[in-house]
Amino acid sequence: MALDLKNGCIEMAHGSGGRAMSELIDQLFLPAFDNEFLQQKNDQALLTLPGYRIVMATDSHVVSPLFFPGGDIGSLSVHGTINDVAMSGAKPLYLSASFILEEGFPLSDLQRIVRSMAKAASECQTPIVTGDTKVVEKGHGDGIYINTTGIGVVPNELTLCPQNIQVGDKVLISGSIGDHGTTILSARQDMDFASELASDSQALHDLVEIMVATCPTIRCMRDPTRGGLAATLNELSQSAHIGMLLDEVHIPVKPSVAATSELLGLDPMYIANEGKLVAVCPADQAELLLTQMRLHPKGLDAAIIGEVIEDSNNFIQLRTAFGGKRVVDWRYADPLPRIC
Amino acid sequence: MCLAVPVKVEQLLEHDQAIVELSGVKTTISLALVEDIQIGDYVILHVGYALNKLDPEEAEATLKLFALNDTP
Amino acid sequence: MKYISEFRDGELAKNLSKKIALAANTNREYRLMEFCGGHTHTIFRYGIPDLLPANVRMLHGPGCPVCVLPMKRIDAAIELALRPNTILCSYGDMLRVPGTEKMSLLKAKSQGADVRMIYSPADCLKIAQDEPGKQVIFFAVGFETTTPPTAVIIEQALQLKLKNLFIFCNHVLTPPAITGILEPAKQANKKVLDGLIGPGHVSVVTGSAPYDVIAEKYQVPITISGFEPLDILQSILLLVKQINQGSYLVENQYTRAVSAEGNMKAQTLMSEYFELRDKFEWRGLGEMPLSAIQIKPAFKHLDAERCFPITQKTSTDNKACECPAVLTGQKKPTECKLFNNPCTPENPLGSCMVSSEGACAAYYTYRRSDFISSDITSHKEH
Repeated sequence: MALDLKNGCIEMAHGSGGRAMSELIDQLFLPAFDNEFLQQKNDQALLTLPGYRIVMATDSHVVSPLFFPGGDIGSLSVHGTINDVAMSGAKPLYLSASFILEEGFPLSDLQRIVRSMAKAASECQTPIVTGDTKVVEKGHGDGIYINTTGIGVVPNELTLCPQNIQVGDKVLISGSIGDHGTTILSARQDMDFASELASDSQALHDLVEIMVATCPTIRCMRDPTRGGLAATLNELSQSAHIGMLLDEVHIPVKPSVAATSELLGLDPMYIANEGKLVAVCPADQAELLLTQMRLHPKGLDAAIIGEVIEDSNNFIQLRTAFGGKRVVDWRYADPLPRIC
Repeated sequence: MCLAVPVKVEQLLEHDQAIVELSGVKTTISLALVEDIQIGDYVILHVGYALNKLDPEEAEATLKLFALNDTP
Repeated sequence: MKYISEFRDGELAKNLSKKIALAANTNREYRLMEFCGGHTHTIFRYGIPDLLPANVRMLHGPGCPVCVLPMKRIDAAIELALRPNTILCSYGDMLRVPGTEKMSLLKAKSQGADVRMIYSPADCLKIAQDEPGKQVIFFAVGFETTTPPTAVIIEQALQLKLKNLFIFCNHVLTPPAITGILEPAKQANKKVLDGLIGPGHVSVVTGSAPYDVIAEKYQVPITISGFEPLDILQSILLLVKQINQGSYLVENQYTRAVSAEGNMKAQTLMSEYFELRDKFEWRGLGEMPLSAIQIKPAFKHLDAERCFPITQKTSTDNKACECPAVLTGQKKPTECKLFNNPCTPENPLGSCMVSSEGACAAYYTYRRSDFISSDITSHKEH
């Protein structure tokens, strides 16, 4: 029976494992994710991997609103997991995708999301080779939750981790911070901000490839998502048992992000990103690495933002535009807009 | 009580509302607490309401004071 | 950003910093307090203490209306939120503030209460119109900056004849708060503060005039300051000069937004719908007369306190909490035994730690490198 993809909705039957689910997969998921693995319609994908070490990462996505300037929950779920894999220096190879759908969720929205995922995956040459679908009763879900898991391979000589970081190293960011989080806040119905804000959601594996080739002694990379740059740097300093001293004037922030942050009383350092990475490298490699990053479309606004220092407290300190210093604290939870 | 931001009035709407702009970001606010606002004026915005008009001449004067090299 | 970026210029900051250093008399200390949380925020965000000579010390005031709200008022808001068929609307600042028993509005939300974060009182009006079957209660907090918007929605609710919007009014007044900070030292015949950086946006509404009598009574110069870092540096310079001259006037540094009489339209609107409470309890400052407002009896059908039962409680702050001394400038955050042990922003025991601009919270968040080194030193001494 043909699905009404325009006006139809998810029903409990679509998650029941019977014919209804089979129709949903055949008519909505497969046409978008089509590849040799899925065509076999097995419960798993049999993959042949080259003789490297394997990297695996998983991410679940619950973003609201589902569609926003610069992306949607679908593209986000693909980019997010590809980035997690890529931060190890690995080449992402395959993705899985599982969906928890709420009864009543419009098929047209689902199709839009799935097509967006397929496009993102295809751009990254990382097919979605296996997946799962479940349906929950109306009122028990937020429309759609997506989990993606990705695997990639990393050459034997490359082991990127915070423990490599040394005092004197430089800290780089691949572009402006706070774009995604401010876009999400502005796109929510109860906010009313019109602007050119857009999520920076994008896959970074190709930028990573250039960076690792330019600087094989790169210490570590991480993508600052929830909690913002502040959270990521604090995680790194805790793991590596070092401190950092950043220069505020060098941290790129778009004017529209700065303005929205002013209006809401938020600090871009704590706002989510979805298409940026932080890299730590030896000091003598920093300028070369920066030059190569800036030549890549995804690193145009890259900057050296600070250096690694000795600090038994593992603080992230910031030198302000005034020459004063402050600590960039590791916040307990997401910042909330404030009035005072 | 403090978080208030200077924004530029771009468009006047009915029911005492206005569209204001800050660095390309626009939002709709209430002018219920102020009077005689024209397009191009700057207002101090707090929790969705304009609290006062910003005086551009005084702003310039204040900036000049910062730059003075007077002796105490 | 016009009228923002120019007031953050690093070069002008250096110039002002030099002027302050030249003006400050090396033979004495200058103890300055900023009243407003927004000023505390700016001071720390731009590392302003690093730009001041060592004898110009910043003490940090109450922070904000969030900090000075007693826990029992938060408990009351939570109680209201947990009522059936109710939507409790609150500014973001209040959502994580713990009441007694570590409850908060956000925790109440996780227990099923319909708690909604709003950005403007106008949002509450809209929610009330969109959900006629629910009782929509607005948790109204704030000094005089935030009170006029509440007055506007009261007026609009009356015009629209809305039956399902209620205000839980916790608006407080600034001049009594400043008096509450300066009075203890006067009583003890001590001078704890030499100058006060006065509230900027409150003064947009109230005007600078109400502070004249305070400056006179306590012989403390007051500078009404803007919120950008250059404004604050300029205000510090003006205070240092006044202190040198022995004068105690109110000076308006924020002339681009503040006048002597303030916003008359806003003041008229507030007096139409609100009246003074006899007394109100402030966390950290104790009970103060004529320091807060409530909705006038004529509009009691909009007053959550009159329409819904609220369990009356007595406040119980930790006995070792030094907030009263910190708020009045008599002690530094690090001089409180509970500071960082166990009182932290995640586990605040007193008003100074509760919101990010409270003196202790600001100190903890932005200057930990300072106090941790001194912690280590004092530890070694024992």
